Amino acid sequence: MAKLSADIPKLVEHFGPSLSRIPAGGWADTREDDKLVKTHCCFCGQQCGIQLRVRENKIIGFEPWEDFPFNRGKLCPKGVKRYMQDEHPDRLKSPLQRVQDKGFVPVGWDAALDRVVSEIRRIQETYGKDSFAILTGASLTNEKAYLMGKFARVALQTANIDYNGRLCMVSAGTASKKVFGIDRSGNPWSDIVAADVILVAGANIAECAPITTDYIWRARDRGAKLIVIDPRMTPIARNADLYIPVRPGGDIGVFNGMLHVMIKRGWIDQDYISKHTIGFEEVARTVEKYTPEYAARIAGVPASMIVRAAELFGPAKTSFVMHARGIEHHSKGVENCIAMMSLALATGRLGREGCGYAMITGQGNGQGGREQGQKCDQLPGNRKIDDPEARRYIAGVWDVPESSIPGKGLSAVPLMEAIHSGKIKGLISICFNPVVSLPDANFTREALGKLEFYTAIDFFLSETAQHADIVLAGSLMEEDEGTTTNVEGRVIRHRKVVSPPEGAWEDWKILLELARRLGKGNKFDYAGPREIFDELRVASKGSVSDYYGMTWDRIDENNGLFWPCPSLDHPGTPRLYEDGKFGHPDGKAHFIPVEWRPSVEMPDEEYPIILTTGRVVSHFLSGTQTRRIGALVDQTSEPFCEMHPQLATKLGIADCDFVKVESRRGHVVVHAKVVKTIRPDTVFVPYHWPHDRSANNMTIRALDPQSEIPEFKICAVRVMKAERPIDPIAKLEVQAGGIR
Amino acid sequence: MTNGEFFIDYSRCIGCEACVQACGECDTHRGVSMIHLETIERRDSVQTAPQICMHCEDPICAQVCPADAIKKTPDGVVQSSLKPRCIGCSNCVMSCPFGVPKYQIDIDQMMKCDMCYDRTSVGKKPMCATVCPSGALTFTTMQDIQRTRQGVPVNEWRFGVEIVRTKVYVMVPKEVTRVDVDLVQIATTAAALPPDPYDVALMLES
Repeated sequence: MAKLSADIPKLVEHFGPSLSRIPAGGWADTREDDKLVKTHCCFCGQQCGIQLRVRENKIIGFEPWEDFPFNRGKLCPKGVKRYMQDEHPDRLKSPLQRVQDKGFVPVGWDAALDRVVSEIRRIQETYGKDSFAILTGASLTNEKAYLMGKFARVALQTANIDYNGRLCMVSAGTASKKVFGIDRSGNPWSDIVAADVILVAGANIAECAPITTDYIWRARDRGAKLIVIDPRMTPIARNADLYIPVRPGGDIGVFNGMLHVMIKRGWIDQDYISKHTIGFEEVARTVEKYTPEYAARIAGVPASMIVRAAELFGPAKTSFVMHARGIEHHSKGVENCIAMMSLALATGRLGREGCGYAMITGQGNGQGGREQGQKCDQLPGNRKIDDPEARRYIAGVWDVPESSIPGKGLSAVPLMEAIHSGKIKGLISICFNPVVSLPDANFTREALGKLEFYTAIDFFLSETAQHADIVLAGSLMEEDEGTTTNVEGRVIRHRKVVSPPEGAWEDWKILLELARRLGKGNKFDYAGPREIFDELRVASKGSVSDYYGMTWDRIDENNGLFWPCPSLDHPGTPRLYEDGKFGHPDGKAHFIPVEWRPSVEMPDEEYPIILTTGRVVSHFLSGTQTRRIGALVDQTSEPFCEMHPQLATKLGIADCDFVKVESRRGHVVVHAKVVKTIRPDTVFVPYHWPHDRSANNMTIRALDPQSEIPEFKICAVRVMKAERPIDPIAKLEVQAGGIR
Repeated sequence: MTNGEFFIDYSRCIGCEACVQACGECDTHRGVSMIHLETIERRDSVQTAPQICMHCEDPICAQVCPADAIKKTPDGVVQSSLKPRCIGCSNCVMSCPFGVPKYQIDIDQMMKCDMCYDRTSVGKKPMCATVCPSGALTFTTMQDIQRTRQGVPVNEWRFGVEIVRTKVYVMVPKEVTRVDVDLVQIATTAAALPPDPYDVALMLES
């Protein structure tokens, strides 16, 4: 029964999101802090160092941490205000049980855990092991990500575990493995500063990775050129030497067109190509037809821009190539990344100071979260779950028979589809709010309603947890300890700053207790996250992402360590691919030819406009945390529909009008934001909000066949002027999905 | 930081408001932010500009204060109004050429940026310049800024016929020695520029 137990306004009244505006103790409390704890921001993949101020086991403010080398004290507004989620009135402080028509009532831990365990048993005995699924998240620490993967395979023995990194890093990761043989950004961020030209595609760095701005601007202080490829003129694009307003889905046109020009003009490194790569000839043949004019038709931009990009990028001595979700959230996301990687590879500008490649991770542990075995096809150490040798090794670490480890399960979207079709009957979720973050939100809501049992581990009642039968009150990042792996591949340590409030538990304790009650306690016998990390080190030993040589103490002493770090005396590996050595067994990088193809849903007469979605600087992902922080909600309080004045005029829409944005799957009503900084054929709606304000009401459940990432960045919509909505959802506070 | 100076580089600003959020966390005025982030004209551009107090050498806000409530420290920092003196008249609010002082109705007093006197006096950088992720707000030495940046720092402004010198510098292109603010210059600049530099539709037509 995962239907809502009460109507949304009633649930919101009891569980929020409401806004925290004043720190514990109030603004006027000037007593000395008890302590200042060096830790990291809980939000994006930059994982900035930050110090949290503590008084009486309460976090009362922050102080910049200028000695941490990655961000040197710099923060974005989310980092500054993240502490406002502590001592929050919406904080869950006991397990909750669903009561039809009443919402939720508090229930003791014993009763809650017993109920969860009896439902797991009932469902698995009735429908088979795989009928109970787990959805996890890439904002979990490495320790928790590892624990979730092991819990699925050892305690539940279900194949069906996947994580919300499926909506984030999988296209980049798949492409990187195919081309370079390793799934990680190739360089430390300090290499950006030393680059002579920086190529950024599909990455709104200013809003989604703000600290990276500083690295780019410092490169430009040295005279570096900046090329930005994006359908919207983002804040860093405003100052770029070349801004290419690509049509959503047209990126391969730009990349293949650039390579075409670079080959013609001799701006490739033949020596590097022949020594360190294979497959270039086929790529060269493929891009032969991508003349600037042909490429420009695909990219939807003037051919001169593609030529200019090649002229800036091609002959440079050093360069840095970066991309993010803008090119990855496509049904050809992997191919988009591969085409961009070919530019770095063909110039041989990798693995040296100022020469590199990076994917910008989105989630807090976007890198580590995809290495520790919580993906449906993966065991710890980035090992393939269908690799017999990997299975044997991990079975040994876990002390279980190899045959007891399930095979490949369903990834996030097919998993939700299996819930919808009734194949999966039970679900545990942690750190994932699919009602807001999966595409085609109406489908997700319908699916959740079909579950026989759903339990969510969370610290706030997210829009998805609202559907749960049992909610288990978990912990915030700062209430537990562990490690994450930042955008550079640097493993860093999160410290326990305060204890969870009475009645809430650290997440790992919840998992250990569930395992114990499932009769698997002996496989989950850890005193704490440090012991989980020590097992993770062994589990990753000998793998591509080898953490074996890292200890928490070494991580502390070194301000983080980069993997691979195979032994206790190994310094870690900040820069990959030095001396042209790649991760494939043959030691070479593999060029892969890619051809452009259309997106799954292209605009047509009925739905003539392209919708693209993304983020704003003051919110994080599905907004479970940031929509509860007053200062961040004040900064951006509602979603909006960004559109060019030409389109607005054609549609009879003025700035701030209410507009209905509608696809074949659903709609939102939001305010229009009429700006010249977006292509006239495209509108943009940010996705952090729920219910009738959810951009994912419109997006399409189309997947990249290789990475299974959804095509968030392009679907077809129509846009029309609307009346002010006056329904009960519209009347909610804006952070809950209302509109003003 | 000894010998630290404050530099604003509007061209680097990404409009994230980290400065606005962090300013309100400063101990001397917790809960109230003293910095403004201006969105220049969102319809036309994503350009934004942070505005801290420029700390004028001869502060107009202090000159027009009938209660003599605004004081400058020996090292040139123009402070918030003194609570016992401020009468809440808002003369300062209206006279400041940079639009900095704000009258706080709840405490009946003008408050403004004092360049984090509490932090700079103990060797720290001002809060906004510490957190700014773009370097649009930077607190460092003159030597460091000259060594690392392409632009040049200036601290002289002309508003109509009035010359204002400020403690805070702004980064400008090399050929500029003073920021002239008047109608004539705006017209000249506009004519020298393409019709609408940030209109994506125009870029696609070219």
